Amino acid sequence: MSNTCVRKSWRLLAIGAALAVVSAALPASAALGGDGASVQADQLHMQGSLRTTAAAAYTMHEIQGASGTVVREYVSAAGGSAGKVFAVAWHGPWRPDMRQILGGYFEQFAQAAKSQSKIRMGRRPLMIELPGLVVEQSGHARAFAGRAYVPDMLPTGVRPEEIQ
Amino acid sequence: MRDLRIFLIFAIVPAFALSVGCGGSSSSSSNSSSGTTTTTQTIATSGANVASITVNAGPNGNYVNGAFASVIVCVPGTSNCQTIDGILVDTGSSGLRIISSALTVALPQQNASDGNPVVECLPFVDSYTWGPVQTADVQIASEKAASVPIQVLSDTDFTTPTACSQGFPSADTLPALGANGILGVGLAAQDCGSSAACVQTGTAGLYYQCPSSGCVETGEPLAQQVINPVALFTTDNNGVIVELPPVAGAAATVSGSLVFGIGTQSNNVLGTATIYTAPNAAFTTTYKSQTYTESFIDSGSNGYFFPDSTIPICSDNTGFYCPSSTENLSASNQASGASGTVDFSVANADALFANLSDNAFEDLGGPAGGPAPNYFDWGLPFFYGRNVYTAIEGMSTPGGTGPFWAY
Repeated sequence: MSNTCVRKSWRLLAIGAALAVVSAALPASAALGGDGASVQADQLHMQGSLRTTAAAAYTMHEIQGASGTVVREYVSAAGGSAGKVFAVAWHGPWRPDMRQILGGYFEQFAQAAKSQSKIRMGRRPLMIELPGLVVEQSGHARAFAGRAYVPDMLPTGVRPEEIQ
Repeated sequence: MRDLRIFLIFAIVPAFALSVGCGGSSSSSSNSSSGTTTTTQTIATSGANVASITVNAGPNGNYVNGAFASVIVCVPGTSNCQTIDGILVDTGSSGLRIISSALTVALPQQNASDGNPVVECLPFVDSYTWGPVQTADVQIASEKAASVPIQVLSDTDFTTPTACSQGFPSADTLPALGANGILGVGLAAQDCGSSAACVQTGTAGLYYQCPSSGCVETGEPLAQQVINPVALFTTDNNGVIVELPPVAGAAATVSGSLVFGIGTQSNNVLGTATIYTAPNAAFTTTYKSQTYTESFIDSGSNGYFFPDSTIPICSDNTGFYCPSSTENLSASNQASGASGTVDFSVANADALFANLSDNAFEDLGGPAGGPAPNYFDWGLPFFYGRNVYTAIEGMSTPGGTGPFWAY
């Protein structure tokens, strides 16, 4: 299974390079908050292979990137955020491309990440809980996991714990 | 009689741990709350393989639960050396990193085969480090390693690529890091490893080549990667033991030892420690009936970090828990053929931090978010009153081949 993924990754690496011009023409890389088409842009950007799983309230697209890190993008199936990416999650040896997966929420994330309290210093998990954006990351070198979601975009009945 | 003696030792030793141990070690004992088991902690205080470590506010004066050591770096093959203190002891990463402002000796730059300087980006969960890979002879206590690739942390020597920063703050200065550097003595030898993403394609994003035209990701041969310096020591090179005495609530300063080698000397035997193998740098922690399969022990984390929606998060220090009264908790750790229960407590961090003279906290905890596989992060409070062994991957010890933790 993992070997298959690796082979797919390499094949898509070549395809991704060939389609670089096409991917640039896709909707702006607005993963979180963007529409489902941005999943394809992210897949190409991450030189990854794609697996899709459907649940009642959303479709989850899993992209296995070339660095070994897996990114999951959740696209809402109904309601006001239908067709939009309302959450992303990741796990693997290294961080994903935060700018790519957070899209239009990246600057908000970056500002919050840089304004974490430094009064009593230490090294600890990232916990950004803004009214309109949640970004969490924990783990250590060679093992990271995190997720980001827009609380107002969660489909009815979907709990944050489901974003895995 | 036995119980009385144990009580007296327990009461006296924490305050005088090092002075009592002039014979080479000091001991403390404690009874578990059930009173059915007794454990004895022996802290090595002398030996060529013993470095003093101190939990205090650190060189920036505001660190909590950070254990700091002193290292000597030299221009390779010379006696042009510098002692740098305030280096954070981190069993959760691998490799020596020093902020450029703390470094006064001119170390040689590592260049790739095409002559371009090699620069590294190392991601942490809340920040990143960036700066050139340079080569140093490293000495800690009396242990020496020659020609060690280290990272010099600098925001200015090479322009930081946006692919490295990713929106996170850098930890390349004293105010940003709170330390003069990081001594990564974790389970891994090299910081990136042997995967194709590290060695061949560079897609891991750790190593860059930086010609004048700008920095680009590159594969980094294993032998050139920044490495846990312990793995390059000529002796006592299979791992470390962090030995810190118990902390009764809070303290301004805690003194202990970083002991090199596992089962290589009379002062670093495994004894009765239980070995928790960590083939993927993780073991399983069970807490409140939830299993956390990617859990780890990390002296570089300043508290216990784990998900628990029933404990309030602090209003001031939002990365920590603030229960209205101290929570007495329990979890169990499991690895192949080993398991054990750990009792711990989480107090109100806003209240703990209100006393600015305290830097070591026994009961500091906070939330860890993110998706499964979840992490239970056993940070520095776990080390108080407990000798914790970290065995390097691929290295043999009397307890088997690393990577493993033991305590």
